[in-house]
Amino acid sequence: MMHFLLLFSRQGKLRLQKWFLPLPERERKKIVKDMTTMVLARKPRTCNFMHWKDLKIVYKRYASLYFCCGLENQDNELLALEILHRYVELLDKYFGNVCELDIIFNFEKAYFILDEFLMGGEIQETSKQSIAKSVEASDMLQEVRH
Amino acid sequence: MSPSVRLQEMIRVIRSARTQGEERGIIQRECADIRAQFRQGDNGERSHSLAKLLYVHMLGYPAHFGQMECVRLIASPRYNEKRMGYLGAMMLLDEKQDASLLITNSIKNDLSHSSQYVQSLALCTLACMGSAEMCRDLAPEIERLLRASNSYIKKKATLCAVHIIRKVPELAELFIPAARSLLSEKNHGVLHGAVVLITELCARNPDTLDQFRKAVPELVQIMKGLVTSSYSPEHNVAGISDPFLQVRILRLLRILGHNNDTASDAMNDLLAQVATNTDSSKTAGSAVLYETVLTIMDINSESGLRVLAVNILGRFLLNNDRNIRYISMTSLQKIVQTDHNAVQRHRGTIVDCLKDQDTSVKRRALDLSLALVSAVNIRSMMKELLIFLSTCPLELRSQTASGIFNAAERYSPSKRWHIDTILHVLTTAGGDVRDETVPNLIQLITTASELHCYTVHKLYRALVKDISQQSLVQVACWCIGEYGDLLLKGECEEIEPVQVTEDDVLEALETVLQSHMSSPATRGFALTATMKLSTRITDNVDRIRSIVSIYGSCIDLELQQRAVEYNALFKKYDHMRAAVLERMPVMDKNSPGHTNGDTSGEIKEPDPSKPKPVEAGLLSEPASQVCDLLDLLGGTDTPLQPKPAPTITPTTTSSADLLDLLGGLEPIPVPTVTVYEKNGLSLKTQCDKQTETDVTVTLIASNSTQSDITNFTLQAAVPKSVQLQMKAPSGNVIPAHGLGQVTQTVLLNNPNKVSLKMRIRVSYSHQGAVHQDTVQIDSFPSLGWNCQPSINPL
Repeated sequence: MMHFLLLFSRQGKLRLQKWFLPLPERERKKIVKDMTTMVLARKPRTCNFMHWKDLKIVYKRYASLYFCCGLENQDNELLALEILHRYVELLDKYFGNVCELDIIFNFEKAYFILDEFLMGGEIQETSKQSIAKSVEASDMLQEVRH
Repeated sequence: MSPSVRLQEMIRVIRSARTQGEERGIIQRECADIRAQFRQGDNGERSHSLAKLLYVHMLGYPAHFGQMECVRLIASPRYNEKRMGYLGAMMLLDEKQDASLLITNSIKNDLSHSSQYVQSLALCTLACMGSAEMCRDLAPEIERLLRASNSYIKKKATLCAVHIIRKVPELAELFIPAARSLLSEKNHGVLHGAVVLITELCARNPDTLDQFRKAVPELVQIMKGLVTSSYSPEHNVAGISDPFLQVRILRLLRILGHNNDTASDAMNDLLAQVATNTDSSKTAGSAVLYETVLTIMDINSESGLRVLAVNILGRFLLNNDRNIRYISMTSLQKIVQTDHNAVQRHRGTIVDCLKDQDTSVKRRALDLSLALVSAVNIRSMMKELLIFLSTCPLELRSQTASGIFNAAERYSPSKRWHIDTILHVLTTAGGDVRDETVPNLIQLITTASELHCYTVHKLYRALVKDISQQSLVQVACWCIGEYGDLLLKGECEEIEPVQVTEDDVLEALETVLQSHMSSPATRGFALTATMKLSTRITDNVDRIRSIVSIYGSCIDLELQQRAVEYNALFKKYDHMRAAVLERMPVMDKNSPGHTNGDTSGEIKEPDPSKPKPVEAGLLSEPASQVCDLLDLLGGTDTPLQPKPAPTITPTTTSSADLLDLLGGLEPIPVPTVTVYEKNGLSLKTQCDKQTETDVTVTLIASNSTQSDITNFTLQAAVPKSVQLQMKAPSGNVIPAHGLGQVTQTVLLNNPNKVSLKMRIRVSYSHQGAVHQDTVQIDSFPSLGWNCQPSINPL
């Protein structure tokens, strides 16, 4: 199960944080700080896996954003890379050539998409089209009612 | 009230702030606006205000005043407000907040909402932050949704059930029947959720695990379908059909097949198929292969399959992708104990990974390399490890050093190789080794007696080159002190001869003594070594004397003490110096706690050059060496005394010559007191105070009977805080008619100044009969020192 998913910029600014475990605010802030420090300190051509306390940390850089998640021991790190990639693809499809600014100004949409893809730290849908359709339908619902 | 600023406008304004202070100001204004908005009630702008608050929260500012607004928004009938409310709940509320309970009712209502998107919001929020109470409340609802709804809701309900089980394990039984039937779903999302649910159920309860073993054939079918299916655009990732689902199924199979032959057999073919057919050119395929390998290694698979798995890992090792190399080494580490030979085949590649740029990869390679060292490959592996040590990152150094030492200790082909290796490590990474290395190395060197000459030459050269690595310097000083004569002789078969003069050696030791790089312990080593050389060199004894006397006024207490004692050895006890500073005997590798705790008469010291705390004036530091000396000078017939009471440790055999020296040490004649007299055997004590806390007691036994007393032994016990050191007796036969005496000296150290008592047991043979008796001496003269012990014969 994934414990958390963080997106942050090259300067260490947080752009998205999803927590799949109940943690106090102080604890969350500490984890975010640790993650940004660790990931930003990594040299360019190193592998994408690290160890932190008893978690496996998988991170990947896409343009100016770092995607970082914390996994448990039995989770498959290579698959986590695929999960991160899938999320980026979903964002890309939705925003059309997504960039960091899209996520900054439309952060709530990024969360909605994530909530269609992951739930409780696990994948809920493995089909890209399915997710895209649901998000679209929800958006329409929002327009109609509004 | 300024008109509400839309979310994006606010974000733009915040981002344009040039300083932290400016940003704070903007945020404060916005928060005030938001609070006002919340107070206003329903005006169609609430969701925007909450969105702004959530952005502010993400920047790290406090946002708890929005919690109640989330609750209100969730209860709203409008979808956009609900959506924002639930998002706010997931971000701001967690199970510790009281407000979270308030949304339970809303969630319950929304779970039965007509719109599936509203239902989905409720399910998502419950799975994200549902507390145990909420889970208990809503579990039946979830179970209902699991069975009767469309696949969109089913897949979400499944993961919600997973969350419920994690939070409230007792509710697991509720979901078992539904979970079983979900496996026949076609929708991949639902199937994936079902597999996760079953995995969670099996992980928590071994009975459930047994139940679900029956599902293995079904799972195998599903997996086969995925692997052999034709291209499906919906689920395809880099040529693999739904790798997410495949990995999850493999993981479940692993749990089901573990320690179970039937289940393992059922999946053997499938695993072989997946392992052979999966294309691993992209990450997705590698992820599936990786999971397959983990499964194969964890179930009761047949050996052919295991070999296949290890070969896959070997292939991974050669992959260009660093991630895959890392993964493969992690997996190899797990199986290196069980499938050692298979992993050995890849040793070359693993050792190459030591040279990788990436620290994580290096770390894995180091762990694996150390696990692969064996008697066969020790020489080549050590070469690689030593090269690695000189270039490895700092955080790995001490681990590498300890690993090398362990390996060397277990598999070293020869003593000389072992010593060379340790020296190499000390020269390269002396600062990162553990403290026991120094005594261990010294002990090793003493056992390799044929290599003393070689060792001391090498160490001397290393010392001359560099005195910054403390462990190396300490060992070098010790060896130079011990084997200085071999060093000065100059010839040694194994190294090119270099003429070393006495001045050179003393120069080197003085440099160590004076350098500010040397730690106090190191300087102690150097001083002792200098002292030892006084008996091994011929010309420069005066130089040594002057060095030693200089340090007599050193600020460091330890050094000063040593120097003063050595000075005394020169001045007053010069006749003893040679004997005291003789060569050390070979040490056994006993633990320091081997001999009984209270006494200090330890014969086998793990580190002889670090003297024990001072016991008594003269024979303090050399005293411990004297004990070893007594050992060395060889036994007389007196056997080792047995140790019945915990506080007795008599020293070993002695030589009469030495005792004469000791006898000569008692400067002041003191009165003798008879403490025991029975059957013709009389025992007298003569005590002599040395310092405030130390006393030397001489026991004198004489025999007034007609026949000799033989096998005479004395054992002594003292109170706990007193340290006792018994010197060897002069003999064990007391001639008859008072023609001779047996004397034995006992040194007592009484740091706590308790009242001194001693219990003495005598045992001897007389006229064919064995006699034993005990006498207790209740008080020795304390500070008064009038030496009139009171006696309490038992």
